Amino acid sequence: MTLADARARAPHLAVAQADPDADERLMLRLAAFGEQFTPLVALDPPCGLMLDATGCAHLFGGEAMMRTCILQAMARLSFTGRAAVAGTPEAARALARFGQEVVTPPGEDENFTRPLSIAALEAPKETSVALTRAGLTSLGDLADRSSAALTARFGDETMRRLTRILGREDARITPLRPLPECMVERRFAEPFLDLSAIENVLRPLIAEAMGILERRGEGGRAFEARFFRTDGAVAVLNFETGAPSRNVEALLRLFRLKADSLADPLDPGFGFDVIRFCVLNAETLAQSQIGFERQSAQEGDVADLVDRLAARFGRERVLRFAAHETHDPVRAASYVYAASPSKPNSWEKPEPGEPPLRPLFLFDPPQPIDTMAETPDGPPMHFKWRRVRHMIARAEGPERIAPEWWRNAVGRDRRTRDYYRLEDREGHRFWVFREGLYESETAAPRWFLHGLFA
Amino acid sequence: MTQPLASLRQSLACAYPAAASETIALGAQSLDRRLGGGILRAALHEAYAETAADAPAATGFALALARRAMAGGGKPLLWARQEALTSESGAPYPPGLADIGLDPAAVAFIRVRDAKEALQAGAEAGRCATVGATLIELFGEARAYDLTASRRLALAAAAAGAPIFVSRVGASPAPSAASSRWLVRAAPSRALAANAPGSAAFTIFLLRQRGGAAGQEQHEWRVEWNRDRGAFEDRTFDTSSLSGPVASLPVGGTPGEGAPQRAGRKFG
Repeated sequence: MTLADARARAPHLAVAQADPDADERLMLRLAAFGEQFTPLVALDPPCGLMLDATGCAHLFGGEAMMRTCILQAMARLSFTGRAAVAGTPEAARALARFGQEVVTPPGEDENFTRPLSIAALEAPKETSVALTRAGLTSLGDLADRSSAALTARFGDETMRRLTRILGREDARITPLRPLPECMVERRFAEPFLDLSAIENVLRPLIAEAMGILERRGEGGRAFEARFFRTDGAVAVLNFETGAPSRNVEALLRLFRLKADSLADPLDPGFGFDVIRFCVLNAETLAQSQIGFERQSAQEGDVADLVDRLAARFGRERVLRFAAHETHDPVRAASYVYAASPSKPNSWEKPEPGEPPLRPLFLFDPPQPIDTMAETPDGPPMHFKWRRVRHMIARAEGPERIAPEWWRNAVGRDRRTRDYYRLEDREGHRFWVFREGLYESETAAPRWFLHGLFA
Repeated sequence: MTQPLASLRQSLACAYPAAASETIALGAQSLDRRLGGGILRAALHEAYAETAADAPAATGFALALARRAMAGGGKPLLWARQEALTSESGAPYPPGLADIGLDPAAVAFIRVRDAKEALQAGAEAGRCATVGATLIELFGEARAYDLTASRRLALAAAAAGAPIFVSRVGASPAPSAASSRWLVRAAPSRALAANAPGSAAFTIFLLRQRGGAAGQEQHEWRVEWNRDRGAFEDRTFDTSSLSGPVASLPVGGTPGEGAPQRAGRKFG
């Protein structure tokens, strides 16, 4: 139907541009909302949600009650929905979209789906036209035919769909998020409003989850707290530890730090219906007696500190230094996450009697400077950096550092650098270099300030 | 007047034995004598860069103090640095840390957005008894670093028994709960052979020492950081470092007595 046609029939029609992106975002929000009923939620395009109720229905008093529960929750968000519960995802979809909204008893999918029209196959148009012309109008008609002949005529895909709708073949859904290692939750009869008491709810939840992990001999690495609000919004808080942990208080502290650092703070709105704590990632953690070996307890303390800092500031800000075996000063050191596994890399020990040969601070990229040198290949007499002229009192160099030619990509021009240690009359010490060998590599070498000494 | 004060100090020292008395000697005798043994271990100390160009000197001085505090402890240094400083004076360079005697493997580094975060990180680390020393680097007149914030840091340091150092650039010294406050300026080093720049040298001014003797005593030193000994050396009356930019030598002569000899050249 064209827009003009539709307007002719219904003059007060409100028209809006289709926005598939917004639709998808809405569906993802609804999917997050749906996760309070089961952790296994998948999108069912174009406008459906597929919930795997396996093992969850009894929590709501059976599949029929669960279905009512979900529809009521949707109604509170002003969504009308059609929902069916069946043995296979395809059967449930066909029933919800083309048939009655029922709850099929186990193993009886076929009885309910046989009367559905062949539109429920959602096959390409030519297939449904061909089927109708052949006088096959319901799925039951198809089900009675030999599947070999139908496959030969209409293809594999259509027939697989038919067997699944009839419940003869089962397929699992692919949930939006992988199943957590362990999950505990608290449901509230009345929406939970008191944010100050939230730790009183979380503490037993975390303790329960840690109990489960302890029986498995595991400790968690990645955790998630989910807050399902009455109005459908879901707040998620993720935090991680550097080493497997089962320490309830430490996790609570991480949660507190994370909650404090949120850009928009945790807002209960009209209250939380469900609060859930998941362990997303677990690793083996042996049962241990703490407080016996002092040394290891101290190491644990520093790891705890790193976790706390990472929870508050983000992993990319809590760092340690990693050494690399290269003569290229820029590549010789890098920053990595403080809790990342360290390989025993040795930092070169300075030789006794030597002054510091490497600066305490390094500029990346090096800062261009204006210099005046006595000879083209000598140290500068003075240079200008940030509009200040530094008169050089002491100098040492050059220390020639050639580029690592085996790393040079073709066309990337990296020249030899002659490094000098300089000290100006006030006592500031600099690390500067001249880029390019005079005459052989460049006619007018440029100077850069690369670092500052203490 | 001094009698009750002294007895009060004594009773405090009994109540908090570690917090009250343990000091970190700087290594230079005249300095330590003036400080009464050194700076307090379980306390907050501040190093102000005199000008923006002295930023590496102030941080280097604080790092050297941290190195002395951590000597032999096997505990790490936690270093929280405001991101704005990276464009100002560059990023910490681990080989350079090793060159002033700190093991880069024993440093945890936190890059924070602003002064508030730097202080949060510092306070968090300072409270941790397994951290050997904490260094917080602030840029500019940070309003977050007020009396309350410094008091919080001082209490954290006292509780954990490890020093917290605050290094500041682009700020003028202000009242705080710090146990000692220093103004740091880069000083010309003692030239090595062939007029090469030598070890890190600083001119330091003791602006304040809590509980220390005030008045006419010496408050300015020129010190050199000896990495191999892990100690400061007093060069206040060393004239060789005050001479002009180029030391004139007789042809074929040896460098002046003040100029140390180097073991050998090493370029890696």
